[in-house]
Amino acid sequence: MEHRLMAYASQLLSGLIFGLGLALAGMTSPQKVLAFLDVTGDWDPSLLLVLGAAVAVSAATFHWILKAERPLFEQRFHISKARKPDAPLAVGSIIFGIGWGISGYCPGPAIALLTTPANPETLIFLGGLGLGVLLDLLCTVTGKNTDACSS
Amino acid sequence: MALADFIFPLLPPLAGGALIGTAAAILLYCNGRIAGISGIVRGLLPPRGADSWSRLVFLCGLIAGAGLYQAWSGQSPLPREHFPPLLLALAGVLVGTGTALAKGCTSGHGVCGLARFSLRSLISVALFLGTAMVTTYVVRHLWNIA
Repeated sequence: MEHRLMAYASQLLSGLIFGLGLALAGMTSPQKVLAFLDVTGDWDPSLLLVLGAAVAVSAATFHWILKAERPLFEQRFHISKARKPDAPLAVGSIIFGIGWGISGYCPGPAIALLTTPANPETLIFLGGLGLGVLLDLLCTVTGKNTDACSS
Repeated sequence: MALADFIFPLLPPLAGGALIGTAAAILLYCNGRIAGISGIVRGLLPPRGADSWSRLVFLCGLIAGAGLYQAWSGQSPLPREHFPPLLLALAGVLVGTGTALAKGCTSGHGVCGLARFSLRSLISVALFLGTAMVTTYVVRHLWNIA
């Protein structure tokens, strides 16, 4: 019982810090993200710093965390066992890249859009995102995708 | 004062990034899960990942965290005007489908995958980053949109 509550508490804390970090880093602004992706324009390297700092922290900590037998509040680690790059990975990454390069939104900042429901982009982009995820769902249940979501 | 002018703008991205990395560490340490937003969202729908409530709690935390920062700092991103709605919706579909196929995004493959030296993530990041840059070039400089 106690672990269950703590497991929710840590999810909440992690989400809070994630959202805080996104906003502080300026990544909730699609214009700022596009300024990074726009390499031939007035280039803003910020996203590189965000990713760099994030990976520095995660790389340093993950190494130690994964030495444990299990996480603090759950029975086991839930990490995808997939190792080999495959076609869905490549194709999916390219498709995602196109969508990101058009809009300046990736999933995190898209969810953060819900802080500004009055922004017309919130409904439009998240509507599209939902549709896109539904498309993947349909492919999964009709057997076109053979692997289920692992996380 | 030239040095300060150079350093100060770098602090928010660095600090924000460090917080994102910290959030990922907390989720892995406490819950044994990867802080990949696309995966968390995707797992709300069939075939359902574990515990929808946990996912919702995390996402609510994300929204609250971003909202809190905006409230405290008084800064809110300036909404874009006149971005073509159909193009924006299409972009959403592409992000939704692409991240589901790739089983990850900038947080899942970028922050977490690279930290684990995952080959899958390295390839994914290279592909989506490169594609995004080419796409932005085309949309902004060839088609002159936004």
